[in-house]
Amino acid sequence: MKRAWLIGPAAAVVLLIALPFIGNNYILRIATSMLMYVALASSWNYIGGFAGYPSFATAAFFGLGAYAGGILQFKGVPMVAAWLIAGVIVTAFASAVGRAILRLRGHYFAIASLVIADVLREVINGMTGVTGGGMGLNVPVMKIDVTTQARLFYAAMLAVAVLAVVTSALLDRSRIGFGLRCIEQNEDVALRLGVHTARYKTIAFALSSIYPALAGAVYASWVSYIDPAEAFDVLFSIKPIIMALLGGAGTVAGPIVGAFIFQAMEELVWRNFLSVHLGLLGLIVVLLILFLPQGLLRHRLLRPRMRPLLVKAP
Amino acid sequence: MLYLQVLVNGVLLGGLYSCIAVGFSLVWGVLNIINILHGSLIILGAYAAYFAFTLLGINPFFFVPLAGLLLFLLGYGLQAGVINRVMGASVLITLTLTFGLNLILENAMILAFKADYRKVVLDPPLGLIEIGTAILPRDRLYAMVLALILVAALYVLLRTTRIGRAIVAVRMDRDAAALMGVNVERIYAVTFGIGAFMAGAAGSLMSVMFPISPLTSVTFLGKAFVICVLGGLGSIPGVMVGGIMLGILESFGALWLGPDYSTTIAFVLLLVLLMFRPTGIMGKRGFD
Repeated sequence: MKRAWLIGPAAAVVLLIALPFIGNNYILRIATSMLMYVALASSWNYIGGFAGYPSFATAAFFGLGAYAGGILQFKGVPMVAAWLIAGVIVTAFASAVGRAILRLRGHYFAIASLVIADVLREVINGMTGVTGGGMGLNVPVMKIDVTTQARLFYAAMLAVAVLAVVTSALLDRSRIGFGLRCIEQNEDVALRLGVHTARYKTIAFALSSIYPALAGAVYASWVSYIDPAEAFDVLFSIKPIIMALLGGAGTVAGPIVGAFIFQAMEELVWRNFLSVHLGLLGLIVVLLILFLPQGLLRHRLLRPRMRPLLVKAP
Repeated sequence: MLYLQVLVNGVLLGGLYSCIAVGFSLVWGVLNIINILHGSLIILGAYAAYFAFTLLGINPFFFVPLAGLLLFLLGYGLQAGVINRVMGASVLITLTLTFGLNLILENAMILAFKADYRKVVLDPPLGLIEIGTAILPRDRLYAMVLALILVAALYVLLRTTRIGRAIVAVRMDRDAAALMGVNVERIYAVTFGIGAFMAGAAGSLMSVMFPISPLTSVTFLGKAFVICVLGGLGSIPGVMVGGIMLGILESFGALWLGPDYSTTIAFVLLLVLLMFRPTGIMGKRGFD
């Protein structure tokens, strides 16, 4: 029974495949947003978890991806092509920005990454001609029935999430992942031992922008209306971090587990308390940081059984 | 002559900006924490002044020390009770913690005060002073003078008093300070309290000039960031220079590009500065 722990993930895979056929539109909507956050949290984990760089740039990637995808579709580019082009644009953007801001460390990096989303929001707000400015952008709605749409976007988000997790697993076992962990422990020593810190950090930052960009583009088509305040909402940067911390930052399974638990709590518990929704979120953040900073998967009580999920570096 | 007026406006605004940023800079420098709560503490100070004015009829300019004191108590309690537990943890942990606390405070303020914009309207208005061709609104002038007095008082406090020296000592080397008999945890709490005091005082001054709402707290947090990076972290003269520079830049930016772009200018400037001169114009300490 050494492989008994595989039952959980196997059941999850079966459920993910069966869901479009057994779930109603409400369940599909929740599952789609859950998968979106799996992609965001896993992506943040490349730079924030493995490399230990406190990046708050997820919202920037997500929002830029949403706008790139939305505008392309508005101009008549087919939907899937628009998503992919948005991914390429944002990754190129992230590589360029990353080269500049990854020279900073600690608080300075955190602020620089946080500000990117604000600058982009203001710029997009100002470019009224192309983006609709503060009025928002209407993305063309497809002429198929609602259930097919729900299934389509579920499948798209599932693909993005799976790719993000697979990238995470590959990165975890690769030379780059090992280098990123060295950077997390002590960047100066890593550099002196011959780790290409600058290159690895840029790769991790660029990788961490791909899936949020794709998720943003899919999101834009899914909700068919975006505005700057919503697309670049700072919560798109914060929630993935909370989720990764909740599950365990720097592990492959942590962000997935964290995203699942967080979204389930949001849906079941505090969505019912709208006026104190953000306050409760804040309370959970505070409790998490004070009592569970290492994440659930690394917690003492769970450790023996969950250990196989925490893939170690070679 | 238009340029002279814009320059004057910028300097008037910049004095207040220094007061907004000085507490943030102190907490960042001494505690090595980015205090996301700072914007909300400013707004809380502004609300305290607003209610003192509307309910009790106290002029916001006289309410400044009281608003500061209230916020000091809140800040001291927060640091002693909550934030001290994660001191020395990574940036991610401390930043996320203050973000969580900020969500709670912001939500509480929206529930208590609603999200409407409010403003203290002095009756009769204080009027204007004309010097040559430049026009100085009295309320802004008084706010700037008071703000700069507070910043200068903090400078003197850090230089000359026993507690001030202890704060500076903890900033230089917390372990050595502990060995010299400084109660580091208490100094952290006092420092955070002073940071909150300055935020409350700035908020009180601001309530006369700008409409306030819990939703505007992010704007002031952003300005505090920019000023700290502009002037350099951990020096009070640096904050004053940074604050006045930002005030002037925003005024001219609004003149040439339109008021919508003033935030963008500040943030772009921040990114550029972070890339090329992260220690700021007058900063002494390097990265992190």
